[in-house]
Amino acid sequence: MAGLLDYWASIAGYMPNFFAACWVVLQLTVLCILVSWICGLAAALGKVSPYRIFRWPADFYVWFIRGTPTLVQIFIVYFGLPQLGMKLSPFIAGVIALGVNSGAYVAEIIRGGLLAIPKGQVESAAALGMSYRQTMTRIVLPQVVRIVLPPITNEATTTLKNTSLLSTITVVELTMQAQMIISATFRPFDFYIIAALLYLVMTTLLMQLSTWLERHQALKY
Amino acid sequence: MTEAGIDEPALIRLVDLKKSFGKTEVLRGVSLDVARGEVIAIIGASGSGKSTLLRCINLLEPPSEGELWFDQEQIDYGRIDRRRLRRLRSQIGMVFQSYNLWPHMTVLENVIEAPVTVKGLAKAAAIARAEELLARIGLAEKRHDYPSRLSGGQQQRVAVVRALAMAPKAMLFDEVTSALDPELVGEVLDLLGELAHEGMTMLVVTHEIAFARDVSNRTFFVDQGVIAEAGPSQKMLSQPQNERTRQFLRRVLHSGAGMTRL
Repeated sequence: MAGLLDYWASIAGYMPNFFAACWVVLQLTVLCILVSWICGLAAALGKVSPYRIFRWPADFYVWFIRGTPTLVQIFIVYFGLPQLGMKLSPFIAGVIALGVNSGAYVAEIIRGGLLAIPKGQVESAAALGMSYRQTMTRIVLPQVVRIVLPPITNEATTTLKNTSLLSTITVVELTMQAQMIISATFRPFDFYIIAALLYLVMTTLLMQLSTWLERHQALKY
Repeated sequence: MTEAGIDEPALIRLVDLKKSFGKTEVLRGVSLDVARGEVIAIIGASGSGKSTLLRCINLLEPPSEGELWFDQEQIDYGRIDRRRLRRLRSQIGMVFQSYNLWPHMTVLENVIEAPVTVKGLAKAAAIARAEELLARIGLAEKRHDYPSRLSGGQQQRVAVVRALAMAPKAMLFDEVTSALDPELVGEVLDLLGELAHEGMTMLVVTHEIAFARDVSNRTFFVDQGVIAEAGPSQKMLSQPQNERTRQFLRRVLHSGAGMTRL
């Protein structure tokens, strides 16, 4: 029993650092999600557009992101851009890289949602004299939101876990924090497990939030 | 007999209208006039181009060639700007085979959406008008229900009312009873009959031959992208001159469909 208390005491001292790192993870995740929704919506609309000028960049964006490793994308933003004269802080670089990365997957999710809306609903809106923007905001997107909520929150969870990759570009998030403590204490098992459990708590909370949102949006119709 | 009365200018006028989808010519030169208050039935086999004809009028399909006139104004469908297009469409109501109500909105919200969003009507005024229209078709108590709770016939009548709420000058009906169970067809046709009686200008693509005969003024038979025969409905449908019209009517009437109103 005493051993257990001693054990806990040896870890407890580091918890404030871990919690601070969790806060960084949450900030990163929220910002990345926002960026991904903007990129994703734009790309999804581009992919379904009848105009090539919108379709080709959207197709290229999704193809490139899905075909290359996330880590390489992060390196291109953080290490590569300075060579072209654009220096970014690790945090900003991380948000951009992961936001743009997640955006490609969000684009495919939203595109699936857009295609699920029967064409007749758009036609009847057009026949009544509604504009493209009115049709999108009043008819299509409200329904798409409900359809894509489950896969979008799944993608958000993936983004949260991907923030651990930002440890490679000196962002002091949870994984990096664990590594720093481990290099001082030489107890990799203990502290990587702590980090994993903290990720688990955050992803579980995120999934609970998504379940709550889904229920809130539940089948009125 | 595709022209309307000589003294009154036509509300809708098509001159040699053609429409191709890629290499396929669907409409090969259709000319017709529709006078204000006229009810025109358009019959023909599937693939004959009758739906396309209807959809060219409100530019859901822009024609490839030919003249399109609405309310004595020629429509330059190739270069019409979006605002004028929306204004044109707000004056022509359309009801579809699959009703196309918006499932995430209640019946009332479906009906007031376009008057508020497109015409800028005040919400209270739109609601008042919508409730009047819904009461007229006996669905006032369903106004806060979602479309999924209504039968097909009820949904289709709501779709008609949704188009009517825009106070259109003319209405297009694209096989509006074809997707309905037979026992629900009557209530929709009755509503169309009422609208006709009130003087609405209507173009009705339909398989319901009895309806065409009893309610419409003139009938056009579309065959392979042209109007093969046209004439006063009663006369044309009981004594068609064209052999293909005769064949078509034989097939439709023989199958038992088209006589739901008997």
